[in-house]
Amino acid sequence: MAYLTIFYFLFARPLWRERLRTLLMMATVALGVAVVLAIEMAGEAAAGSFRSSVETLAGSGDYEITATGGVPAAVVERLAMLPYAFKIRPRVEDYATIAATNRVAPFIAVDMLADAVANQDNVGAGEFQQDGSIWVGKDAGFAVGATVRLIVNDQAGDYKVRGVIDNAADAIVMDLSPATRLLGRGEKLDRILVDVPPGPSHDWGAVLREALGEGITLAPQGSHTDENRRMLAAFRWNLRVLSYIGLLVGAFLIYNTISVSVVRRREEIGIVRALGATRLAVLLAFLLEAACLGLIGGIVGVGLGRLMAAGSVQLVAATVQSLYVSSRPAPVELTWLVAVTGVLIGILISVVSALAPALEAARVVPVEAMSRGRRDHEVQLSQWRDLGFAFVLAVGAWVASQQPAVGGKPLFGYVSALLLIGSSALAIPSLISVLSRTTAGIVGRLFGVEALLASRSLVGSLRRTAVLVGALSTAIAMLSAVGIMVGSFRQTVLLWMEDRLQADLYLRPAGPAGADRHPTLSAGIAPSLEALPGVAAVDSFRAYEISYDGLPATLGGGDASIAGRYGQRPFHSGAHPADIFRQLIGRDNVIVSEPFANKHLVKAGDTLELPLGERRVRFHVVDIYGDYSNERGYIIMDRATMLRYLPDPAPSNMAIYLRPGVELEAGRRAVEQALAGRKVMIFTNRSLRKEAILVFDRTFAITYALEAIAVFVAVMGVAGALLALVIDRRREFGLLRFLGGSTGQIRRIIVFEAGLLGIFANIAGIVLGYVLSLLLIYVINRQSFGWTIEFHWPVTVLLSALSIVYAATVLAALYPSQVAARLVPIEVIHEN
Amino acid sequence: MSLLRFKHVSKSYSGVAALTDVSFDVERGQLVALVGRSGCGKSTLLNMAGAMDFPTSGEVELDGVVTSALNETALTVSRREKVGFIFQSFQLLASLSVLENVELPLLLARRAGARETALRWLAQVEMDTYATRMPYQLSGGQMQRVAIARALVHSPVLLLADEPTGNLDSTTGDVILTLLQRIAREHKTTILMATHSVDAEGVTDVVVRMRDGRVQDMLKPAKSV
Repeated sequence: MAYLTIFYFLFARPLWRERLRTLLMMATVALGVAVVLAIEMAGEAAAGSFRSSVETLAGSGDYEITATGGVPAAVVERLAMLPYAFKIRPRVEDYATIAATNRVAPFIAVDMLADAVANQDNVGAGEFQQDGSIWVGKDAGFAVGATVRLIVNDQAGDYKVRGVIDNAADAIVMDLSPATRLLGRGEKLDRILVDVPPGPSHDWGAVLREALGEGITLAPQGSHTDENRRMLAAFRWNLRVLSYIGLLVGAFLIYNTISVSVVRRREEIGIVRALGATRLAVLLAFLLEAACLGLIGGIVGVGLGRLMAAGSVQLVAATVQSLYVSSRPAPVELTWLVAVTGVLIGILISVVSALAPALEAARVVPVEAMSRGRRDHEVQLSQWRDLGFAFVLAVGAWVASQQPAVGGKPLFGYVSALLLIGSSALAIPSLISVLSRTTAGIVGRLFGVEALLASRSLVGSLRRTAVLVGALSTAIAMLSAVGIMVGSFRQTVLLWMEDRLQADLYLRPAGPAGADRHPTLSAGIAPSLEALPGVAAVDSFRAYEISYDGLPATLGGGDASIAGRYGQRPFHSGAHPADIFRQLIGRDNVIVSEPFANKHLVKAGDTLELPLGERRVRFHVVDIYGDYSNERGYIIMDRATMLRYLPDPAPSNMAIYLRPGVELEAGRRAVEQALAGRKVMIFTNRSLRKEAILVFDRTFAITYALEAIAVFVAVMGVAGALLALVIDRRREFGLLRFLGGSTGQIRRIIVFEAGLLGIFANIAGIVLGYVLSLLLIYVINRQSFGWTIEFHWPVTVLLSALSIVYAATVLAALYPSQVAARLVPIEVIHEN
Repeated sequence: MSLLRFKHVSKSYSGVAALTDVSFDVERGQLVALVGRSGCGKSTLLNMAGAMDFPTSGEVELDGVVTSALNETALTVSRREKVGFIFQSFQLLASLSVLENVELPLLLARRAGARETALRWLAQVEMDTYATRMPYQLSGGQMQRVAIARALVHSPVLLLADEPTGNLDSTTGDVILTLLQRIAREHKTTILMATHSVDAEGVTDVVVRMRDGRVQDMLKPAKSV
């Protein structure tokens, strides 16, 4: 009860009196919580409760059988011959583009009659087998009887909707026989699902394995989904960490607000202590204040987070689609668990942030005799000790950055980042002190007494200033670090494309691209293009999705002789590309991409055993090359070698090299004419790069959005803190009016303080941001994704971002400056 | 002409009367003490004299100008040029050094030579050797000396002192009063001082006794300090 009374006197009333400041602090907590929850919910919807689109209609079976290049249809017969009552469900799984909307939908072929997936009442048995019959999932949005134009591989055709299937999401479903004809799969299936008979336990895996070839993979059903989940884990993990930045910035600001409360109420605390309140009562009262603010902020944050999740799920899903796997985001779900977690995060972050100032409050002696000036002076004295701690933390950060990943996650990288932020926060008082002292004279001469007073006030209230600068600089640092990382990555990708994309024209089947979708072009295209007079060479490339070491990867086959002739792909060994590609021809040799090598710890000279068709084949890794096209990783072999094991000649895409002197447009027209009637996308070298960079920018849009929110939180915090500063120093502002200061001068002091805070925060933020960007580029990114990024300064982006942040910081001072100017001097001059 | 004139000044805050029909003049160069119990309206009267507050009825004339007729800019200019304030609790800015505190009014008024003038005034109050110290490093008496220097640095015609010895022991208080008296004499500065101090009556030209917001009487004591 005593605690509650103290709480009411010391906190509830001041909180109500300073409603706007209270609101700002709660908004800080709310935004921090909202971002974390939004990313959690959007991540869960887009990548967490993830099921690949092609899982549609798979149900929950026992085993799945897959093989690179397809499972021979004969396997079904072999399984059917076994003396067990297995339920065998063969499937073909692909993608089709709906021509009207250019939307990609999973294209699933099953045995419609045997699987009984459709309502057969109104459909004759013959219609199942017809080439033009399709069934659609309810979400596809087509009615029974509608005609839908679909692009499958490079062929467009009209299909009649025979029925709508409730549990097929947005999939296009077809019977197996017409689908294999349409896709040209011949006697190959993509997957066979096997349900074992109920009854006594049996080693069904062994039974099934015996009936399969050594290259054919038998796994519990859902393994593919698990693989994708594992692959997405690092992506989600990094996204989650980014979302915590806003919360971290918020924590600084809560610390600041509570610290200010303690400083301002020091005398009141002394009095309450003298009247009999225990240290614990004071401590709990301050923690209760933080918890209340955290509770309300958390509740608001949950609602806000739900709204933000709805907005961000498409962005997250787009990244998942571009870099990882074709999937459809599930609906965003705000569960009780998420809501309670959000509120607890709000309370926890507030209470933890308030702990240090609350302990300080509890240590206030009953007779508080220490003047504020002396307290600030003591803070100034401790800054040198803090600088020592900052150095120790920086050394710790360096040591942590040298540690390897833990379970594929750059845990030590994050520890290093936190230590760096801590180091920066401890070094900031010295930075402010040194900068203010060395520039005060110049600032005063250049901008007048208002600037001088602002500068002195910042050093005078060093602790509060340091926390504010710490919060803002952390947000700026993360913005700069991510900006530098993404900018460097972008520049690296641009340079990589210059090396990699040497052909004049590129072809691929129509429809949006996806990291795990490899629709094919008709095999006959290549010879007809090679025959064109302006064409010097055609490199046909075929890609297959494979599973390597429990993770999805892409197996590719291209013409090594052409790549050797034209390619400038840089290899890790530094060897000339022509020499490397020559080693691929006619041998079981491969090159692997850098993400693949990093993910699977593969190096040149190693041997990979790959399941190809019904065999398992050992390949020698010749070299590793830089690649930024997807994160799954590539294994590349010569096309002739691939055809030896996987004899489907249809390529996934083609690169066309024109003869010297042939104009690009003329070459393009000739290729278009040769492809007449086929749904093929033709890109020039330039347009392909443009598309790639568009995908890149879209991928990182969510990152920028998160950074922007963190900065917004910080700027909002600055506004709140400046308001607190005005309330705290109202006596001083009143005094200035007595001494002849005008209201304009009072306003300018606050704006100058914000301006100086912004400058300090920008300086500290850029320095910290630069170091963090090195950590992101060379440690966290490499351990999470395996990409090598060359460092570049994205000067324009950084300058514009920092200018906006600076302008926002100064603008945030306008309202507090107005409040300061409206103070009535005779009312505030005698206040403590 | 009187420097300061209170003409039938009344003031009420939310219906509660703080001053009622106060009228008296302060002549140039006079040291006038306002005495009376707490809450009798001394500080309100000082605030009005310094154009920091305005009567509900009646007029305050400072150097021939009715303060309530001035706009915000003119009031600021008037304060910068004509008025200096001294407070009971010294009111030095903790983040500024002694010298910077003193030169502050000149800097706010954008007057040239602020540093030299401030040093000169610090010498006048015998605090020039403390110029680089911070306020928390000073004793109460020293702080009030610095506050006096700050109040006079811009050569105001009127110095308003609100209980200048209220936070000091009696010995130090006497020293401060003597200092004020000396300055008034040397610089012909008019001083209006609110005080509880009985000793103050001895150094002033006029004592205005106040009670419940009214002027009870005005005396011209013989100076004893």
